[in-house]
Amino acid sequence: MTSLYRPARPSAPRGAFGQIVRNEARLAWRQPAGIIAGIGISLLLLVIFGEVPVFQQPSPRLGGLSAFEAYIPVLIAFAIGVLALTYLPGPLVSYREQGVLRRLSTTPVPASWVLAAQLVVQACLMVITVLMLISVSIGFFGASAPKDPGGLILAVVLAIAALFMIGLVIAAAARTTGAARGLTAAAFYPLMFFAGLYVPMQILPRVFQDISHFTPLGAAVQALEDSMWQGFPPATPLGVLAGYAAVFGFLAKRFFRWE
Amino acid sequence: MGILHSVADTSAGADASPAARAAAAGRRPDLGAGASPAADGPAVEITHLRKTYGSLVAVDDVSFSVAEGEIFGILGPNGAGKTTTVECAIGLRPPDSGTIRLLGLDPQADRDRVHEIVGVQLQESAFPAKLRVGEILEEYRSFYRRPADVTELVDALGLAGKRRDYYRSLSGGQRQRLSVVLALIGGPKIAVLDEMTTGLDPQARRDAWELIEKVRDRGVAIVLVTHFMEEAERLCDRVALIDSGHLVALDTPAGLTARARGGKRMRFVPSGPFDDRLLTGLTEVAAVQHDGRHVVVTGTGELVNAVILALHAAGITARDVQLDASTLEDAFVRLTGTRLHQNGDQP
Repeated sequence: MTSLYRPARPSAPRGAFGQIVRNEARLAWRQPAGIIAGIGISLLLLVIFGEVPVFQQPSPRLGGLSAFEAYIPVLIAFAIGVLALTYLPGPLVSYREQGVLRRLSTTPVPASWVLAAQLVVQACLMVITVLMLISVSIGFFGASAPKDPGGLILAVVLAIAALFMIGLVIAAAARTTGAARGLTAAAFYPLMFFAGLYVPMQILPRVFQDISHFTPLGAAVQALEDSMWQGFPPATPLGVLAGYAAVFGFLAKRFFRWE
Repeated sequence: MGILHSVADTSAGADASPAARAAAAGRRPDLGAGASPAADGPAVEITHLRKTYGSLVAVDDVSFSVAEGEIFGILGPNGAGKTTTVECAIGLRPPDSGTIRLLGLDPQADRDRVHEIVGVQLQESAFPAKLRVGEILEEYRSFYRRPADVTELVDALGLAGKRRDYYRSLSGGQRQRLSVVLALIGGPKIAVLDEMTTGLDPQARRDAWELIEKVRDRGVAIVLVTHFMEEAERLCDRVALIDSGHLVALDTPAGLTARARGGKRMRFVPSGPFDDRLLTGLTEVAAVQHDGRHVVVTGTGELVNAVILALHAAGITARDVQLDASTLEDAFVRLTGTRLHQNGDQP
């Protein structure tokens, strides 16, 4: 990621990037749909599941976890997915449509700085969401603390990277904000199915689980689950996430248009 | 090619004056360390620029140069290639052939340094709807090492009271003025303004003109793409007429107007029939033509007085009198065969 979006030109003063980030953060705050969808919905679902007594019963079908616990990684993946697939491409496509990027590319600041600023703002939102989900589940609903916090951080970082790059490919492929919305919906709902948002993967036939492990959000849930309840996550889900980040990062760099 | 030769001659002659003026007045700009301008070369130098889009030749063999402290106008009908010329000049599009130098820098190879010294106002550019004017200004100001005095710019264009307003709440004219401020916010050595005053009311247009003249007086070279003849006549030291991608003329506004040579022309509705010889006998009158109810008289000197007095002596009143002096617009029509404003209903 750093090699892709590192500010390449030394010409602009250092404070410029901070200014762009500040304005992008203001925009995220003033158009809070993203914050509400990402943080609000996942937190709301967490509270609902936490309040249902039967969801707190350990279930042998879920490998001894309660339904509530099984949903925590899914909700983390959901928050990352919503922000990366909806609230990252949206502004970028509309900036391109309105000529914001074009105008920027006549200044000493490369237009890619806006993209980088978007990544910074969205990543902050994601990290806040993840921290809130985990602390609320522990503090209010008695979930156990993550087994391997280092593994959890790695899993979150890789999941964010993979989903960001998929979001950027959507921003590259969509000419209009409407098209971006369509592509997002087409990608998001199937990906969330394989992440286990609608039905826990553990109760579905084996073949769904196998597919799930190779989808970005499915791999994310697997890596998050492992680091939360077992220990350092195995190489496969981490590798799958890194692979998505690399392949989609390449595609995004190759096909993203500034005009 | 004949045109180009004469163009090159004119430009060489006229180039010297604004630069010399600027130098003589001691307002030769202090060139920033970020730029490495050619010592005494023109601020903008474009030679044999050509740009095609597929089979469409947008700009063909256009050459001109702009001196420091000069306001240079680019005029032409829609689709003539004005915007393409400007987009190539500022490095937004690579030219197919020809060279472009901005203070000696190639906008493609030296993008960074060019962007530092060139301020741009594009025809179609927007800003995020939910940013405040002050926040946009702050952001753009931070892009430059030596920004201009933002307060002065904002005051000059009447946006001082708008800093707390969201961009989306601005009127079209206010957005336009903001984009002019942003073009000048980096303290540029060269300002390229594409349709700067389109959508502005007359007062705002005059404010913008005054600001541009002030900026020019600091030695900034200004390239002004415009539709407005009045603007070109009032502001520009020299004007390039571009038509179908070609440079058809390059001269001072007065020089171009002189080329049109039309003299004066008046138009009126007579209160009754009269003998044309009543007017053709006058020394001021060159020709009398009838156009429906209207009579069109061309000539020189105190044409209107002479005609009205002669008619009055014959008991005829002239109603709906309109006078047009030969203008840059006439020159434009003569040189390109088209009108700038297709819906114009002037004779």
